[in-house]
Amino acid sequence: MDKFTGRVWVLGDDIDTDIIIPTEYLALKTVQDMTPYAFSPLRPELAGQIQEGDIIVAGKNFGCGSSREQAPEIIKELGIRCVIAKSFARIFFRNSINNGLLLVENGELHDNVAEGDTIEVNINESITHNGTSYKITSLPDNLVEILGAGGLVKAMRKRNGLD
Amino acid sequence: MGQTIIEKIISRNTDTSAKAGEIVTVNVDRVMIHDIFIPFVAEKFEEMGFTKLWDADKVVLIYDHLVPASQVDDTRHFRIGNAFVEKYGMKNIHRADGICHQLMTEAGYVKPGDIVFGTDSHTTTYGCVGAFSSGIGYTEMASILGTGTMWVKVPETIKVNIEGELPSNVTSKDIILRLIGDLGADGATYKALEFAGDTVEGMSVASRMTMANMAIEAGAKCALFTPDEKTAEYCEITLTDKEKSLVGDEGASYVRVMNYKAEDFVPVLACPSQVDNIKPVSKCAGTEIDQVFIGSCTNGRLEDLHTAADILKGKKVASFVKLIVTPASRKIYNEAVADGTMSILSEAGAIITHPGCGLCCGRTGGILTDGERVVATNNRNFLGRMGTSKVEIFLASPATAAACAITGKITIPEM
Ligand code: SF4
Repeated sequence: MDKFTGRVWVLGDDIDTDIIIPTEYLALKTVQDMTPYAFSPLRPELAGQIQEGDIIVAGKNFGCGSSREQAPEIIKELGIRCVIAKSFARIFFRNSINNGLLLVENGELHDNVAEGDTIEVNINESITHNGTSYKITSLPDNLVEILGAGGLVKAMRKRNGLD
Repeated sequence: MGQTIIEKIISRNTDTSAKAGEIVTVNVDRVMIHDIFIPFVAEKFEEMGFTKLWDADKVVLIYDHLVPASQVDDTRHFRIGNAFVEKYGMKNIHRADGICHQLMTEAGYVKPGDIVFGTDSHTTTYGCVGAFSSGIGYTEMASILGTGTMWVKVPETIKVNIEGELPSNVTSKDIILRLIGDLGADGATYKALEFAGDTVEGMSVASRMTMANMAIEAGAKCALFTPDEKTAEYCEITLTDKEKSLVGDEGASYVRVMNYKAEDFVPVLACPSQVDNIKPVSKCAGTEIDQVFIGSCTNGRLEDLHTAADILKGKKVASFVKLIVTPASRKIYNEAVADGTMSILSEAGAIITHPGCGLCCGRTGGILTDGERVVATNNRNFLGRMGTSKVEIFLASPATAAACAITGKITIPEM
């Protein structure tokens, strides 16, 4: 569970939430309904190509823009196992943790990886690609707690004595 | 050891001595939810097992993005919102009064020193009155509705000093655009922006609002202005000593200090399709355009409409250009009708729409198509924001936008 491999999709810098899911699809009823339109302004075919267990590797400021929480939910729904980026925008970062989507900040991998490559992620430890290993810095304790509970909804259910 | 404004606000809220980098739990003073996200907040709230709001008075629900509905299913959001209001006894609800960020300060929901969260990234706007306000997602909103608390990491602060007198054709929009260009779209990520200097002190609260609104476009967690007499007048309060002391201390520690001379600013544009792609208007002058939009929570206030009217008075919008004007709130709309601004704009050929988000989020009121160009006063020029992904969006001040509407080309405003 703490270690997995996946195929890589490479995206650039400043992938904003309007790219991840444009506003015109935001009022669709469910996240499942929105999923086919993920990344459509940039790469309309991408949502159809992503498969369960794939990994997104992006440049800096991934998830910038609006507060729409559908963005990490859709990425999870597409089957993406984790997003590795040079840096993440703040609201997207919080939303991802709250929805149990794993994010990894890494400054070097993006410059060395090509689309279709396979990488290995060892949670809270390292990423391995073509024999090179990149260190992962661990998250603050309160976030590990939320992730550990399976997201914020589950953490609150526990608090309210439901689970 | 001195403190930054954000450290002071969080210290007072938590009764501790907060320092940048610490993770603390704050007591939330007010929250804002808008129509797009209310169904999701409601669902998560009940899924979490909450049965009542922590404090119904502190919750504000605003319908603005979907008003009036432009797609068949939009009204579902109002029905779910209305049911939630009824079930949990909410009182603060606005169904057609204007844009959320305008209403939060205009209707008196936010005061200096408050801690406010909203389900929208431009919640940074309320820093204009010296509040710590920031955007969050709907899951976190649901947990605040139940608990009244939220964890935050006390942000480091970038201080921006601006001194001197701005050229007559430069507005606070040009300042914040230039700053975003200098910082980059992620240059202030996780950080607070603190504004100071006599240029900022001389600005109206409305102009400060434009700057705080766009702080998120450099990634900032919040933006802060020291409350002063203008703030007091705007909020209709008398400032307490505590509120007056929301100033960055001499010895406070800043990650970066940026100093600007007001005289050095020029009218600028954020060119397609990144908000940090900043160029002087002079560099792009002459580029033909199809539409102009003056509105949004960034620049749909009375002073913005006045600026546009000053430029458009007695002139006509170029025949092939559509000028769309959307006041940020009903109050602004009424004021602009009463003082004659609306007739000036209308006589010049503007299409005036109801207050709300309208074209800004690309759902209604002037959507564009491939190859078209728009000069707009809102805050984002991302791909697909105002129509198809092949629309070119240039962000500008209301002065620049109005000047462009007359010539049909990108034009330096003269005032
Ligand atoms: S006016 Fe635009 S930026 Fe402001 S809240 Fe509405 S959609 Fe968002």
